Amino acid sequence: MTEHTASPRRGDHPAAPSQGTPAVVETMTGAQSLIRSLEAVGAETIFGIPGGAILPAYDPLMDSVKVRHILVRHEQGAGHAATGYAQATGKVGVCMATSGPGATNLVTPIADAYMDSVPIVAITGQVASKAIGTDAFQEADICGITMPITKHNFLVTDPAEIPRVIAEAFHIAATGRPGPVLVDIAKDALQATTVFRWPVETSLPGYRPVTKPHAKQIREAAKLLVGAKRPVLYVGGGVLKAGATAELRILAELTGAPVVTTLMALGAFPDSHPQHLGMPGMHGSVPAVTALQKSDLLFTLGARFDDRVTGKLDSFAPLAKVVHADIDPAEIGKNRPADVPIVGDAREVLADLIVAVQAEHEAGHRGDYSDWWVKLNDWKTTYPLGYEPAPEGELAPQQVIERIGQLVGSDAIYAAGVGQHQMWASQFINYEKPATWLNSGGAGTMGYAVPAAMGAKAGRPDLAVWAIDGDGCFQMTNQELVTCALNNIPIKVAVINNGSLGMVRQWQTLFYNQRYSNTVLHAGPEHDGIAKPVQGTRIPDFVLLSEAMGCVGLRCERPEDLDAVIKQAMEINDRPVVIDFIVHQDAMVWPMVAAGTSNDEILFARGIRPDFGDDLD
Amino acid sequence: MSKHTLSVLVENKPGVLARIAALFSRRGFNIDSLAVGPTEHPDISRMTIVVNVEDLPLEQVTKQLNKLVNVIKIVELDQSAAIQRELVLVKVRADNETRSQVVEIVQLFRAKTVDVSPDAVTIEATGSSDKLEAMLRMLEPYGIKELVQSGLVAIGRGARSITDRSLRALDRSA
Repeated sequence: MTEHTASPRRGDHPAAPSQGTPAVVETMTGAQSLIRSLEAVGAETIFGIPGGAILPAYDPLMDSVKVRHILVRHEQGAGHAATGYAQATGKVGVCMATSGPGATNLVTPIADAYMDSVPIVAITGQVASKAIGTDAFQEADICGITMPITKHNFLVTDPAEIPRVIAEAFHIAATGRPGPVLVDIAKDALQATTVFRWPVETSLPGYRPVTKPHAKQIREAAKLLVGAKRPVLYVGGGVLKAGATAELRILAELTGAPVVTTLMALGAFPDSHPQHLGMPGMHGSVPAVTALQKSDLLFTLGARFDDRVTGKLDSFAPLAKVVHADIDPAEIGKNRPADVPIVGDAREVLADLIVAVQAEHEAGHRGDYSDWWVKLNDWKTTYPLGYEPAPEGELAPQQVIERIGQLVGSDAIYAAGVGQHQMWASQFINYEKPATWLNSGGAGTMGYAVPAAMGAKAGRPDLAVWAIDGDGCFQMTNQELVTCALNNIPIKVAVINNGSLGMVRQWQTLFYNQRYSNTVLHAGPEHDGIAKPVQGTRIPDFVLLSEAMGCVGLRCERPEDLDAVIKQAMEINDRPVVIDFIVHQDAMVWPMVAAGTSNDEILFARGIRPDFGDDLD
Repeated sequence: MSKHTLSVLVENKPGVLARIAALFSRRGFNIDSLAVGPTEHPDISRMTIVVNVEDLPLEQVTKQLNKLVNVIKIVELDQSAAIQRELVLVKVRADNETRSQVVEIVQLFRAKTVDVSPDAVTIEATGSSDKLEAMLRMLEPYGIKELVQSGLVAIGRGARSITDRSLRALDRSA
């Protein structure tokens, strides 16, 4: 077996024999073997729902003292909870479901975890092996269905394979570029008698992730960095996944180069750090977007030139050379050609880069970015993040989110849904530490927040976990609050309730002549969504809904109550708390680069394009 | 666009062909030809895939293929340094009057007549795509009743083997 040197944050699960532990060989059922294997790889928490095909596995699960199973209300909740758990703890998240619809309900969270490279293992029951392919009751070809959205998947029909497959699944999920792995186990394999052996030898001849970067490329990259005039450290989620935030800070401070952190990397570099320019991308800060645009060196670490970051690709950072370090070779050169490609784990890359840059410094080569910082600081002071105040007496959604961040602080985990509230939560809360910001970045899965917060709180009960959700998102997955209430998972949920699908409404405002087709949530089809709809119908009443699910339900409608309500929520720790923040419906997310346009066309606010003065080119 | 021949060593496991075919289609690449078969090692199968792409997308598809856990190794075989063969079986109309002419073409192309009936002959031919194409052009006027063709298979010239090192990796991991 090839050696994989993954950092501890990646949650390497030892499958190889560890010294001193006597080997286990015991006769038992496939189901017992599955649970023993899960215990052996260190799975502590499983989110799931039983059903016919997976039923045999749930019997020994009842007796396990090492594995806690949390009974969710919908399999999608189980999947996102596993993702939230993994993102908050750095360990592999686990979800379980039965065959057919149980398994297909996991498809969305699996696709979500795939897009954001989150290590989860999904275990599904499958109909008995003889029935596979016959359109049996609750049969679905979940391996076929999830093939394009998993890092790998397995169909197990031989119970003897269960320990090896579980070891391989956890190893694949956690190492290299992390990702979801699905293990589909036929019911008869769970029922049959087999021999459980542990430790197991894995057999993955085609799986050898490269973690150690090439020394020559590192030297080349360091040379470019000290020689550049306008470099930017373009930091992506890979830095968080590699647990490389300490190394990133050392490199940043050693070189004095500015840093931008993508939506997936918030918390990788302290927001309060003077070298931090903010988040790049469609709703990024003006300094971050513009720094990339005017840069002469994109020093890319664990990021993938996503279209939401680059805008129109052929006009993205036209003057920049590119250093691109990533654990996944396929990301390098996929969207933007790299001048210096580096394949490796971000922590090892950064550690080697620090040494290489120090060597350059000792040789008298030090980057002078002082002219660059004059520009950057000018953009920072001229174009800070901000928002228009709400109409008199109404709550601005940005203000709500900002106050939550200020009162709760940076020693907490924030999980956002998808839409305007997600962007505001990325902009107006300060992230100072890794694994404090969870969101669905690549897939953009509405409904992610509540179950992800549940998973995060299950994994980190010591931290306050706040879901920042929209009223649209909340109505997709709020049933998991029942799970939270019954399993002592006291999360807080801030519903930013503007009565509409806010981000879609924003696009309708900007690009569809204010025709609000099907974006008003709390009124019937006769409502055009323009006149005074915020007070609306209160259908559903989120306070009553939350109370019905065993939570404390609070409501806040006036700015003067904001702090008191947040503090009240912070003091309740025996139950989940939901706050229905009634906010004004016309707030928009700024800055914005409209889809398909160049980042040069960034708008600071509606109709206002920043003045960049003389061009650096 | 240009043709590239990829030799892909994969674990001999169920579903591997589906994984590879699905990867090509979802990443937007067309497969010109694909052939799969066993190798000298029972745990390894070999696929020969011919794709028609530019160099940059070729690099991307190769990297994506490499990420499949069941893919052990990918080698692009250079046309000039590899032997490339396809097999064709073709049923050609041939009666007493034309049979000898058809057989003459068969001999010219060093093909084989594998079945004869009063009004048709079945021909087996192997070779490069160019050669097979030329032969089929010659046979066309007589009337091609049925034709079946394999995907291309290819092997590098010289003593070196692309499976050697992969087998060692497989042994280490077993």
